[in-house]
Amino acid sequence: MNHLALLLTVLAYLLSLCLYIRFLSTGRELTGRLGTLLLGLGLVAHYFALLERSRGLHTVPYHDLYGSMSLFGWLLAVTYLGLELYHRQRSVGAFVLPFILVFFLAAHLAPADRLPPPALHGAVFAFHVTLSILAYAAFALSFVLSIIFLGEERLLRRHELGNMVWRLPPLELLERMSRSSVLVGLVAITIGTALGFVSVDRLTGQYWFYDPKYIVTLLVLLLYVLYFGLARTAAWRGSRASKLCVFNFAVVVLSFTVVNLYLSHSHRYF
Amino acid sequence: MEIVLVGLNHRTAPVEVRERVSFTAEQARRAANELRSRGILEETLVLSTCNRSEVYGVPPESSHECAPGLSSFLSEFHEVRPDVLGVSLYHHYDREAVRHLFRVSAGLDSMLLGEAEILGQVREAYRFAHELGATGPVLNRLFQGALEVGKRVRSETDLGTRPMSVASAGVKLAERIFGKLQERTALVLGAGAISEQVVSQLHDRGIANLLVMNRSRERAGELARQFSGKVVGWGEWDAALQTPDVVVSSVAAEEPVLRREMVERAMSARENRALFLMDLGMPRNIDAGVAKLYNVYVYNMDDLSDIVQQNRQARENEIPRAENIVDEHVGKFLSWQASVELVSLVDELRAKLREERSGFIRARMESMKHLNEADQARMEVLMDELLEKLLLEPAQRLRGEKELRRKIQNVEALRDLFLSNREKP
Repeated sequence: MNHLALLLTVLAYLLSLCLYIRFLSTGRELTGRLGTLLLGLGLVAHYFALLERSRGLHTVPYHDLYGSMSLFGWLLAVTYLGLELYHRQRSVGAFVLPFILVFFLAAHLAPADRLPPPALHGAVFAFHVTLSILAYAAFALSFVLSIIFLGEERLLRRHELGNMVWRLPPLELLERMSRSSVLVGLVAITIGTALGFVSVDRLTGQYWFYDPKYIVTLLVLLLYVLYFGLARTAAWRGSRASKLCVFNFAVVVLSFTVVNLYLSHSHRYF
Repeated sequence: MEIVLVGLNHRTAPVEVRERVSFTAEQARRAANELRSRGILEETLVLSTCNRSEVYGVPPESSHECAPGLSSFLSEFHEVRPDVLGVSLYHHYDREAVRHLFRVSAGLDSMLLGEAEILGQVREAYRFAHELGATGPVLNRLFQGALEVGKRVRSETDLGTRPMSVASAGVKLAERIFGKLQERTALVLGAGAISEQVVSQLHDRGIANLLVMNRSRERAGELARQFSGKVVGWGEWDAALQTPDVVVSSVAAEEPVLRREMVERAMSARENRALFLMDLGMPRNIDAGVAKLYNVYVYNMDDLSDIVQQNRQARENEIPRAENIVDEHVGKFLSWQASVELVSLVDELRAKLREERSGFIRARMESMKHLNEADQARMEVLMDELLEKLLLEPAQRLRGEKELRRKIQNVEALRDLFLSNREKP
């Protein structure tokens, strides 16, 4: 079952990626729809792969680095699919699917960690982790959208259109999609962080103790609130807001890597 | 079941001749009725656009024999001397007629390679003839195939995707920035022919608000009325530049009309909302420094012409892919046509052999008086079984094997061979 779910997920994501690329080059509506359908199938198969991994470890899959990565990939795909359906725009799929695939493969082809399960557990903690990872996935998506915006804007300003520009989403739509994605991330990280404090309170009897991860998470929250507020103002709308979004995601990556691995006392992989 | 096509287009006839031979809807209806009532064609369809007038038909007899009659009819119908019309007309038969129509609906035969309008015109001509009852099984199948070819070429190739005029390239670029233009505002500076072309494109793409500014307020009013726009007084720059998303400038002026500081002020007033400027004036109407402003995109005539040139090349590169789709569908149509004709040929052959068998048995039985009635009846049954066996297998293969049908190129030759009543030489 495990291998079957893995195989089906990889196959569905790969085919979806091929169809999205084909859609980008031909603009054929049917190809795009099939890409979306296969992404949906990939999501279902990925869910079962996560479930299997969870059973194999006798714990929820985000307790190890690779499980967290797989969950991140799954939530990235969910967020992207939601945005695609909401904004009716498929041209971004070809850029997002490689990330989803890489996260999925890296997570599931690697052996499971042998670390003891964390002290916190229960539904509140599970929601804290899931919502935090969802927020990071949404921020990653806004990063991809901002990079596409910056690339397309550069090509349009330099009058170097080539074949690609005619197929990419319009600049203003990319901005709207990026803002939607950040909004999803903000809601998720706000609730997720609040639930984290509740979990800590249940375990230790206090809401707060010093951990660099808290500081960086609040910084991330602040930076994305700033982006969301500035993105429609006169001075920032357009490429400046997109650059801020790229910078914000660099801080997220920092939080994921350096802070988690070397500085935080209470967070491992999210 | 042959197909004939007689017509002229932008390559074979000058505009004066094309004008005289074009069909209004009423003329197309009358021509279709007359062609059938006079027995020139059994099925007929008139395709008339600004660049072509073509009559497709299924003649009662040979298509080659029918073509001169069809040419004379066109000459008489449009009151154009046969010698004038004759040099412009082309005649295509069967495979070539099918191929011609499929290339037309694909946009491969258009003046502007890959243009989209022709598919709608073919669809409309077919709907018109079908409702009139002028088409039959052959033309129905042929035009359904043509519409499918047109759709496939447009969805599977880039033949029709890229803009091919400066005006449409500019409007498509605006869509790259803003998306759909239904909620957008455009300001047009100048009211000449180029402005009109761009306004027409913007109007077709559903622009919500159109503002026209021109030195001659009267001419601005004419253009605005034509496309449901509003006139803005010449020189009211600050007010005029505050709302539009797209500005099209085509003014005859020695100095730039839009200077950097004017656009800078406007961008500040419009809170840096993106602004797309199309400079179609010569010399340029927009100061070069404007392109450096934040969130401002400027394209001049040369930039847009370069895009059109690149697109033309890109469209030409798509021709082989489009031709492959045309060839595939020509093959399909001919295979269908052959299957219908061959099955009908086998049925006719069966009927003829039965008839021959009756005469043959009657003649032979005269000399076989020693056989009783039961034996005679038995012999007839055996002969019937033999004939059925001989015909059944080829009939089944013809129905089932596409490749076999494709190999049989000339059904008329088979008909001549097996069904002709000519005396042996």
